[in-house]
Amino acid sequence: MTYETSRRGFLTGVGATALGASVLPFLKVLPASAAGNDVVVAVTGQTINSLDIHRKGTNRPSYQVAVNVYDRLVSFGTKTLEDGSLSYDYAVIEPEVAESWEFTDDGMAIVFKLRPEGKFQDGSPITAEDVKWSFDRAVSVGGFPTVQMKAGSLEKPEQFEAIDEFTFKINLLRKSKLTLPDLAVPVPMIINAKVAREHATEDDPWAMEYLHKTPAGSGAFKVASWKPGEQLVYERNDDWTSGPVPAVKRVVLREVPSPATRRALLERGDVNMSFNMPNKDAKELSGTEDITVTTTPVENAIYCLCPNLSFEPFKDKRVRQAIAWSVPYEEVFQTAAYGRGAPLWGGQSATPADIAWPQKFPYSTDLDKAKALLEEAGYGEGFEVPLSIDLSQSDWMEPAALLIQENLAKIGIKTTIEKIPGANWRTASLVEKRLPLHLETFGGWLNYPCYYFFWAYQEGHLFNSSNYRNEEIETLTPEALHMPVEDPDYAPKIKRMIEIVWDEVPRIALWQPALNVGTRNLAGYEYWFHRQLDVRGLKKV
Amino acid sequence: MAGRLSTIGLRITHAIPVILGVVVVSFLLTRALPGDPAVYFAGAAANEQSIAEIRTALGLDKPLTEQFLVYAGDVLTGDLGNSLSTGQPVLEDLANRLPASLELTLTALLLSCSIAIPLGVLAATRPGSAVDHLCRVLVTAGVSLPTFFTGIVLIYVFYYLLGIAPSPLGRLDFIYIEPDHVTGFYLIDAAIAGDWETWIGALKQLVLPATTLALFTLAPLARMTRAAMLSALSSDYIRTARAAGLTEDKVLFTYAFRNALLPVITTLGMVFSFTLGANVLVEKVFAWPGIGSYAVEALVVSDYAAVQGFVLAMALLFVALNLVIDLTYTLIDPRIGFETK
Repeated sequence: MTYETSRRGFLTGVGATALGASVLPFLKVLPASAAGNDVVVAVTGQTINSLDIHRKGTNRPSYQVAVNVYDRLVSFGTKTLEDGSLSYDYAVIEPEVAESWEFTDDGMAIVFKLRPEGKFQDGSPITAEDVKWSFDRAVSVGGFPTVQMKAGSLEKPEQFEAIDEFTFKINLLRKSKLTLPDLAVPVPMIINAKVAREHATEDDPWAMEYLHKTPAGSGAFKVASWKPGEQLVYERNDDWTSGPVPAVKRVVLREVPSPATRRALLERGDVNMSFNMPNKDAKELSGTEDITVTTTPVENAIYCLCPNLSFEPFKDKRVRQAIAWSVPYEEVFQTAAYGRGAPLWGGQSATPADIAWPQKFPYSTDLDKAKALLEEAGYGEGFEVPLSIDLSQSDWMEPAALLIQENLAKIGIKTTIEKIPGANWRTASLVEKRLPLHLETFGGWLNYPCYYFFWAYQEGHLFNSSNYRNEEIETLTPEALHMPVEDPDYAPKIKRMIEIVWDEVPRIALWQPALNVGTRNLAGYEYWFHRQLDVRGLKKV
Repeated sequence: MAGRLSTIGLRITHAIPVILGVVVVSFLLTRALPGDPAVYFAGAAANEQSIAEIRTALGLDKPLTEQFLVYAGDVLTGDLGNSLSTGQPVLEDLANRLPASLELTLTALLLSCSIAIPLGVLAATRPGSAVDHLCRVLVTAGVSLPTFFTGIVLIYVFYYLLGIAPSPLGRLDFIYIEPDHVTGFYLIDAAIAGDWETWIGALKQLVLPATTLALFTLAPLARMTRAAMLSALSSDYIRTARAAGLTEDKVLFTYAFRNALLPVITTLGMVFSFTLGANVLVEKVFAWPGIGSYAVEALVVSDYAAVQGFVLAMALLFVALNLVIDLTYTLIDPRIGFETK
């Protein structure tokens, strides 16, 4: 056993110096994968089910392959947050495959100059033709990639032009501040079109079957092996042309479903990273020697309680306000989130001071106020309503619902908790929008308040599970959506929109969720809006 | 012998209606599940149109009878469809995961039999003795401790505190390269390849999960052995054998044990089939890529093809298992013949 421990200890860097020369003879028998200090081992609870983000049915954890194995035209910058951790910076757009870009004089097109030295992992050059093929694919295959492209007003292949080998032009349908950031999300990745075309067939013109298992990108890492349900091994692309070559040679990403086991592995020092830890473990492990827990509030995301306006008592805004005044915010935050994240209650003014989003809603726990509002609305006797939660998110929804149920009972609203299976949840809450009172979790990738409003407050839009409609919001949101943030009209519009939804509370903010990552002997972890692991900046320490 | 072969053939033909029934029932049951896979797999920002596109791609927009005909046709050609949640063909998933589950379950059963049967025999021959009490304690503990609890306790003690067990990272620690796929059983494949380092590595990973499962399966086996031995030992033919002056060993093993084995084998078959599907919790705790966690995850997200493939594979396995058990009966007790049935 000691023999094995030293091999693994060597591999993970723990005690490598302490063991010193005595271990050196073992180096000969080390398998290639265990070559010392530039291997990072990370564990996660989720399965990667495809290496192609454009494929139908590709799940969220798989998006990281698009990030690490493919490049985009542009990327976001990096900034250091207050707590010293790293985060992407949505305010800064940096070159990736493109070395520069400029808008045409009328502002209706963007011309990108590609790096002439840009190479795919197979050594062939990255040309404008590859970019065009990849973008055509993203807007044509349907499903999630097409929807995401559309968010940046990238809707049809005719918009994309390969001017010459290294010049690529996007013709815009409308001027929108969302277009450039949308080119930096994982979806518009650049695929090696020559390789993909070879494997395209008549039934499968976009080589979906091939790219599903065999990436053809230019990214910082290659996929060395992939066993769905077990592990994914990244291997460094030593000839990466779109950025500085990463410090680590291999990253082994192991799937370990049980959080208790993941925690034990990190505590024992057998892994360098536990990605997306439960809040409870993050709370208990923070402050532990040797382990760094990074907790980053998820941008543009809110966990909320949603009263559905299609149901009678909730049509009255005073009833919704009464519920907002009765939620035991602090208890919910401490019990359901273990205090990880950011509070979104207790705002001082009913009008927002700035356009930060999410920011504290002007509600707190005040049962007398809640009772008075219910009286006023004519529901002094109270009423009965089911409170629906998603079984697959019961880790936080169940404690939150129980605490809310308890306080609602105090103002006469009798709730029964209805648990809906995960497979049914989206249909019931978002598609059919038929749950009278429920918990909801939308977060937007593009970090603008108007983007959140577009998805969550406009009538008929997917995440507006409250069936909310307000004429002013319906006008203001589309106006603000594409407007540059610097526009003098932008801030007043956003402030007005926030003021309205604070007053009418179709969504009662509980707290801003957080992403927890535990690391050991590892630096360079960076938070991204897509909440997946970017392994490019990791460094062993 | 020829008679036995033809009966085996007959038994297999008898299994055909069972399999057909399983195909129909599993198809209908998955469709009856709540939830809409098209909505689920359309992803976070899906709109009506992209959901409809996925529904068409999955063939879920067709009438149920047509979907069934397509499915039945595919099954006949050996195509079980693609799993949505893992993104792989179901057949490939099963081929990867079934050996993992079988290796774990068989090792656990081997372990529990090697303890339970001698223990049961000893307890039966010395009722009321210390061995009997030990047997009782083990049985009670085995039944009352849930597997995930035993698993986590074992990890805590042997991995976390003592550091003598390898990290609970599935079938093989990442420093080993997995053996070439021959049977899918790592122990066998590594032995074939002559890679003893990997063999030891795979064995080490097996110890804790197999012990967890063994503790759980020990109970029914030990109890059944003890009860069967007790009833055999108190029967007339044992009294006769003793009266005839046969040696105690001969009485115990040739006469009593052989007769006691029948119910034990029956229990073993039941325990095996039960454990194979039900060790989800052990698989989760030890990150074991087995078939139980696969089926549960597929069920949660209404992944039709994967659930149907799992049910079909299990049905085939049970048919084979029952056949093997029936054959074992005839070996143990020649009075039981296939021909009479």
